[in-house]
Amino acid sequence: MSEMLAAGETPEVLFWVGCSGSFDDRAKKITKAIVRILNHVNIKFAILGSEEGCTGDPAKRGGNEFLFQMQAMQNITVMNGYGVKKIVTGCPHCFNTLKNEYPSLGGNYEVIHHTQLVQQLLDEGKLKVQGGEFKGKKIVFHDPCYLGRANDVYEAPREVIKKLDVELHEMKRSRAKGLCCGAGGAQLFKEAEKGNKEVHVERAEEALESKPDVIAVACPFCNTMMSDGVKHFNQEDKTKVLDVAELIVKANDL
Amino acid sequence: MIGSIIFCLLLVGASAFFYTNAKKIRRNILIGKDTQLYDQPELRLKTMVLVALGQSKMLTRPVSAFMHILVYVGFVLINVEVLEMFVDGIFGLHRAFHFLGGFYNFLIGFFEILASGVFIGVVVFWLRRNVVKVKRFLNAELNGWPRMDANLILVTEMVLMTCLMLMNAADQNLQLRGNEHYHVAGSFPVSHLFVNSLSGLSDGTLIFIERFCWWLHIVGIFAFLNYLPYSKHLHILLAFPNTYYSNLKAKGQFSNLDSVTDVVAPNFDPAYQAKTDPNHPQRFGVKDVHDLNWKNLLDAYSCTECGRCTSSCPQNITGKKLSPRKIMMDTRDRLVEVGKVMDANKGVWVDDGKSLLGDYISKEEIWACNTCNACVQECPINIDPLAIIIEMRRYLVMEESQSPAELTAMFSNIENNAAPWQFSQADRANWIKED
Repeated sequence: MSEMLAAGETPEVLFWVGCSGSFDDRAKKITKAIVRILNHVNIKFAILGSEEGCTGDPAKRGGNEFLFQMQAMQNITVMNGYGVKKIVTGCPHCFNTLKNEYPSLGGNYEVIHHTQLVQQLLDEGKLKVQGGEFKGKKIVFHDPCYLGRANDVYEAPREVIKKLDVELHEMKRSRAKGLCCGAGGAQLFKEAEKGNKEVHVERAEEALESKPDVIAVACPFCNTMMSDGVKHFNQEDKTKVLDVAELIVKANDL
Repeated sequence: MIGSIIFCLLLVGASAFFYTNAKKIRRNILIGKDTQLYDQPELRLKTMVLVALGQSKMLTRPVSAFMHILVYVGFVLINVEVLEMFVDGIFGLHRAFHFLGGFYNFLIGFFEILASGVFIGVVVFWLRRNVVKVKRFLNAELNGWPRMDANLILVTEMVLMTCLMLMNAADQNLQLRGNEHYHVAGSFPVSHLFVNSLSGLSDGTLIFIERFCWWLHIVGIFAFLNYLPYSKHLHILLAFPNTYYSNLKAKGQFSNLDSVTDVVAPNFDPAYQAKTDPNHPQRFGVKDVHDLNWKNLLDAYSCTECGRCTSSCPQNITGKKLSPRKIMMDTRDRLVEVGKVMDANKGVWVDDGKSLLGDYISKEEIWACNTCNACVQECPINIDPLAIIIEMRRYLVMEESQSPAELTAMFSNIENNAAPWQFSQADRANWIKED
């Protein structure tokens, strides 16, 4: 962002990479897939790089409102300083926090999730895709809670997947009835309470029921949890866990 | 004449008792802090009409939705007949509305069909709880009184509907015999089927059955009305205000605490004006019902313990202790307890050394939540258990510094290097160079 500004350029959109997207080896691949799509359609975008900090989502869900608001105001100060208007995120948690919880603290931006951006690009004809290696393959989509129930975005990721000429299979618990992957609410960072099963195992079991080629996800946390779940059932050779952005990139060699 | 006097006494007594209890519930709900849910009246009304009156959120589970609509429509419409029973009771008349002629006959016939629907509905509900044993009715939080409460409601409704049918069957026999008081009125498509089984009885016995059922029905209704404040069945009334005051924002949006903003914002904006009164510092988060807002408390009184929330909770499904339904039941139980302490002390709260968090809800439950909003989505009357859970986490973290060790570590990572893991903020863009 600072480099663009120094060069006298204004980006169309700020790509909010997020902590997972910056540091988690698996999630970095999703970050790069999103960048490939942005570059492919020549969208002038920027990232905050070392000026980006956690949105505060896990702090807020974990009950630490002080820490959340410290993070929020720090980020808002940076973004307002750059005059940010539009943000695309690679993570539904960042998306939800930036979109819903920043405005009353002084951060007003148009925030979209990357699946919404891809859908827009497809609708506008700026991005044309083919099924490629996924043509005819069976794909189940796992709804991220913070995209689905939290913000009522159910169709964007599905519309994108359908464009790949695949057999989109729905789990019994999908859309508003979708089952959490087990990561949200700061659970990713702690051990589960005493019970008889891990949530991600329960969800992976359901996703694997139809023996899909791919479990499509749209959240780096879900990606971690579903990958662990698939490994739990030793199905990682038969079923891949891929982000919607990765599906697009892989199918079209972007 | 004596009948009229007894009826009027019952009517006044039942109404007065209900009024007293309703006032107490209102007082208890208003123990909660204020919350701004007064905007967008049109959208609120629309939500109430759709969700409470139209029961739109019931539809996701078709079997119970169908049975529930049978019971609900029957319950609401049969009240027109109850109105007639009131008039009959006060003035000692019989079927006072019969002057409506053909329309009256249609109504009475229609009510019989509705009453049969109610009967079938409650029998199916009873079977689901006691014979089929639907999973969400088996959770531990329903043991004891809550399970008894549910069955009492169902059995009472069966008795009320049986009375109505039996009364009509006796009435028809008396009408056929040309009894003076029992003038010909009404049509009886259902009770007609067992008119003959009563035809061997004397006039006196028939009149006794008819009167007995009439009184049992009306006394049953008065008793039922006054049972509501003590029961989960209160939802038949509170579902309406509870959906009117629904959260209209995105479910993912958690409140930003003003009291925290007042502490944090001056670091970024020296000209910041505080939103809360510094002379009345409030507790961060929720320890007891006093810290909740009135909508949380209205939620608790509105909950009918159907358990859709719990049956969709990822943590409960996988055997954890957390049950969103229990959160609501505990909140109500504690609120009732607080109300009783106030009653015993002339309406003034005296600390009883107990609290909602700790004595009713455990930390284990609070920390298990995924904040996935499945419970909020599932609730047919827009109750929000998640709001209470998050407020309790806030209390534990900000007042007691009692988060699980891994979360404390995650917090310090965010504090020190702006990410929940130990990576330097300076390295956030390193992925660009990596392959």
